[in-house]
Amino acid sequence: MRIGLFVTCLVDAMRPSIGFASVSLLEAAGCEVTIPDTQTCCGQPGFNSGDRPSGIQLGLAFLRDFEGFDAIVAPSGSCIGMIHDYPTLFKDDLALQARLNVLTAKCYELTDFLVNHAPKPLSPGRLSMTVSYHDSCTGLRQLEIKSQPRFLLQQTQGVELREMKDAEICCGFGGSFSIKLGDIATQMADKKCAHALETGCDAIVGGDLGCLLNIEGRLRRRGDPHTQVKHVAELLAESLVNPQLEKS
Amino acid sequence: MKIRSEQFKGNVRKQLADEALQSNLSRFGGGFADRRRDALVKVDDFEALRDRGASIRAEVLENLDYWLLKFEAEAQRRGTQVHWAETGAEANQILLNIARNAGVQRVVKSKSMVSEESGLNEVLTEAGMTVTETDLGEYILQLANEPPSHIIAPAIHKSRDEVSALFEKHHGTPRTDDIPSLCEEARGQLRPHFLAADMGVSGGNFLIAETGSVTIVTNEGNGRMVTTLPRVHVAMTGIEKVLPTLEDLSAILRLLPRSATGQDITNYVSILTGVRDEGAMDGPQENHVILVDNGRSRLLGGDLHDALRCIRCGACMNHCPVYQNIGGHAYGWVYPGPIGAILTPAFLGLEKALDLPQASTLCAACEVVCPVRIPLPDLMRVLREKELTQGLRPWHERLSIRLWRWLALHPGWYAFAARWGTRLLRGMAGSDRLLHTLPGLDGWTQGRDMPAPQGETFRDQWRKKQAAERKIIPIRLDSSPSEKKAGLKK
Repeated sequence: MRIGLFVTCLVDAMRPSIGFASVSLLEAAGCEVTIPDTQTCCGQPGFNSGDRPSGIQLGLAFLRDFEGFDAIVAPSGSCIGMIHDYPTLFKDDLALQARLNVLTAKCYELTDFLVNHAPKPLSPGRLSMTVSYHDSCTGLRQLEIKSQPRFLLQQTQGVELREMKDAEICCGFGGSFSIKLGDIATQMADKKCAHALETGCDAIVGGDLGCLLNIEGRLRRRGDPHTQVKHVAELLAESLVNPQLEKS
Repeated sequence: MKIRSEQFKGNVRKQLADEALQSNLSRFGGGFADRRRDALVKVDDFEALRDRGASIRAEVLENLDYWLLKFEAEAQRRGTQVHWAETGAEANQILLNIARNAGVQRVVKSKSMVSEESGLNEVLTEAGMTVTETDLGEYILQLANEPPSHIIAPAIHKSRDEVSALFEKHHGTPRTDDIPSLCEEARGQLRPHFLAADMGVSGGNFLIAETGSVTIVTNEGNGRMVTTLPRVHVAMTGIEKVLPTLEDLSAILRLLPRSATGQDITNYVSILTGVRDEGAMDGPQENHVILVDNGRSRLLGGDLHDALRCIRCGACMNHCPVYQNIGGHAYGWVYPGPIGAILTPAFLGLEKALDLPQASTLCAACEVVCPVRIPLPDLMRVLREKELTQGLRPWHERLSIRLWRWLALHPGWYAFAARWGTRLLRGMAGSDRLLHTLPGLDGWTQGRDMPAPQGETFRDQWRKKQAAERKIIPIRLDSSPSEKKAGLKK
């Protein structure tokens, strides 16, 4: 199965390890991964700021880069959510809209792809840590990403998943919201940190880097240098290095 | 009502710094949301009910003129006088004329958000009448001289201690933290007002076209007294509130209380039709309905049309993490939360509420609970688009969006900018690999650090990795997976 990996602009710039982790996981799940190097961004930052041309023009660029693959995967529910919205932007061009409908039907968030659509099931390895999972909004509400990352974490030997209070409530990132209304965003992130820390977890885990930067940024400012903030792909890929031990 | 939506950011700062408010917000935070969730468990197919609610409201709005005229005719047939007001001020004037003609001195009110829009209480008071709010929350706010902060629980921002202090000040009664005693006290205070009032003013949750009735949905019983005891009753409500039939009402009533407070049904559902029958013991001798437009008809058929479906349950604000952190007063007008972020600019004009459509992470928690499926995040995006295209955003924001879009459409330049941008950020970070300040982004760094980029961009690293693998490939005779990868590169 030929997969086009949409790395996402945030992962490209801020945390490439998530991109490499995604490649390892997809290959471990029997995929052949290609990374078109003309990809940039899904357009969401502009589109959500009210710039419709961002969505339209970058939607066309995405079509150009990814139409030829069997499936397209991104380590972000937020970007895949935006991509799933492309067809609504082309109501006046039915032919293009039809092509985009075909395209978006094969665009998946990473954990959803690994659990429900990969050629072979991923067998995570072993780690030793407690984690708490934050549900990112677009993934959760638009794509119904809820059980998939938890399933994979529970498949990982030595990982203990502890649910935090209000895991489904927004962390306050919201793209440019986190800058325009930073004081509200900070308070929302603060509550998210507090709820996660109440679980006593070693790592706060999520599936969208925007949220993770927001949560980590607040966590460090609160004076916590220890609690890790990780993308679920990073944890799963790290686990692959340690094969599971046979249960005695 | 005084408009403070223009000062949203200042309001937010005040609300976030208000410790008493923050404590009240977090104490009740999610209370209604939890009750809603528990109530839905008992309903077979709430999603189907939401579909039904959405389609009933959507179909009414398609033919709003027809249903309003039908309502008017049926109401008139039963002795109700129907008035049309284009603005809030016009509605106030109509009501004032009704009051003067009937020699009204004392007015009691049950909750009406439309009368908050029009600032009715000030107008009646200035005309020399006494106005008493009888909804407990509204009564508390009238004593405190504050606007409501929630559309169904107007005094939700107040603690029992604050209420007790207000009652002590205004009633001269000793302080108590017992909520039933406080309610009893308010009842005692309000009873004489109900009995002495010449006129009752209510809102209208729904107008029923087939019977010309006004429906009000309440929990305290005050609405019933307001609408039946005084000799004159006036309902003031928005033109979008019409429903074709009682059958439609029954569907909507299955949605409204569950979405709002998590109740299967409210304590009182009043369907008010016409005037007191000859020989009857109660009911108003004069019954009026004022149908208020106040900006609503401008939305019909436009890109904010769907917002008119709203049945004012408050579920969107109960589930909104932004509302839950800043409270309703920050929004600066009658309607707070996600629906307020749409209705306030829609009714008052976008330039009066520029920050409101931005005051959302677009998390869609509101959209998934809205009983009539209003696509609230999409509508906020529509307003953001209007702000941008009408030049209402700051120049630096407009410029950065255009610059960013240009870069994103030119992959070579984009890669170049990402490469040097991340290098710069890494250089600026301290040994803790965090950025504590960022020029131009203090909105972020005032309360949070920014984790520095990890290293070179993914694409630079990927390219190098592939180049390194390609160097090895020629000495291999078989075709390795990495070679296939390299070959696929465009």
